[in-house]
Amino acid sequence: MKVACELIFNQLQLDILKEIGNIGAGNASSALSELLNKKIEMKVPRVRLVSFEDMMELYGNADKQVASIFLPFSGDLTGNMFFVLSVEKASVFIQHLPGMEQYSFQQAPYADLAISAFQELGNILAGSYLTALSEFLRLSIYPSVPGVSIDMFGAIISYGLIEISKVSDHAIVIDTEINDPFSLDGNEFIKGHFLLLPDPNSFQKIFSSLGVNS
Amino acid sequence: MLETKKTIKVGIADMKVAKAPNILRTAGLGSCVGVILYDVNKKIAGMAHIMLPDSSLARGKTVHSAKYADTAIDALIQELEHVGVYKYHMKAKIAGGAQMFQVASKSEIMRIGPRNVEAVKREIQKYRIPIVAEDTGGSNGRTIEFNPENGVLTIRTVNLGIKEI
Repeated sequence: MKVACELIFNQLQLDILKEIGNIGAGNASSALSELLNKKIEMKVPRVRLVSFEDMMELYGNADKQVASIFLPFSGDLTGNMFFVLSVEKASVFIQHLPGMEQYSFQQAPYADLAISAFQELGNILAGSYLTALSEFLRLSIYPSVPGVSIDMFGAIISYGLIEISKVSDHAIVIDTEINDPFSLDGNEFIKGHFLLLPDPNSFQKIFSSLGVNS
Repeated sequence: MLETKKTIKVGIADMKVAKAPNILRTAGLGSCVGVILYDVNKKIAGMAHIMLPDSSLARGKTVHSAKYADTAIDALIQELEHVGVYKYHMKAKIAGGAQMFQVASKSEIMRIGPRNVEAVKREIQKYRIPIVAEDTGGSNGRTIEFNPENGVLTIRTVNLGIKEI
């Protein structure tokens, strides 16, 4: 209970965290939109205080298979970023590349080229998300090389909880959903989530860089 | 007589004890390690889903015992003793501790899976409990189910199918 209280923010602070999701994911989805030459819609980010157990089941069961890009970052701000897609949607991305039209992530082993293409997508998205954030907050953020995993959501997201778990049993997640507004069959071409999980000690730095005291 | 069989869910940084015909299950183990201590004669088992190797890593004021290898094993033994299982009748099975991401970084987080496995083994051996089977390491997520009735641990992965140890 005590730990949860430490992570409760006032309305202004929540709005700031939402705005951070807006700025980061907005920049990343423009990059994606250019890359695919498709219009991409972004939902209003959600900021949630989530228990670890709920985090594991954020999009269904903890063992639901997803395609994910994982990007830890360091510098003035530290934390982890994830870009999570269903396996079907990740396959659709890859099928846009020359020579990969028939490719699918449904069945392992995955082709090196497909994994590396997916990783490059992650590089572009995560890089543009964090660059926007860094400029907005005037704080240094150093992204690392993104990791790719096509596996159980819980097994993947738990990497984002390790640092947080040393101080708390809850995480603040800034979740921005993107999708394709013009899908004809109602089956969206693109639907993914940007998840930003700042380490607990990063929140104060975010607020003070914007002149907001807690 | 019909007995209803329940699946008891063990969450992340959580632990539970169950008696047959109930079974224990934890889903989506990545770098975390699932530890089962059991007595097949009494058909009682305890399962913990451990996140970190050592409670000295904790920076918070309260230590959540199921989260760390050093405190979880101890707490699990106590819970089992509480329901009448003797330490010297206990056996252990472990699974998890994967490295899900092949990132060329020296970060501590990337090594957490193997470190969790080492810590769990060290703690279990401290109590002289034999580890009779394990499925650890690799780069796959695991969902595990333990049946206290026969001591079988079923492990499901996305790409490697299902196996029993």
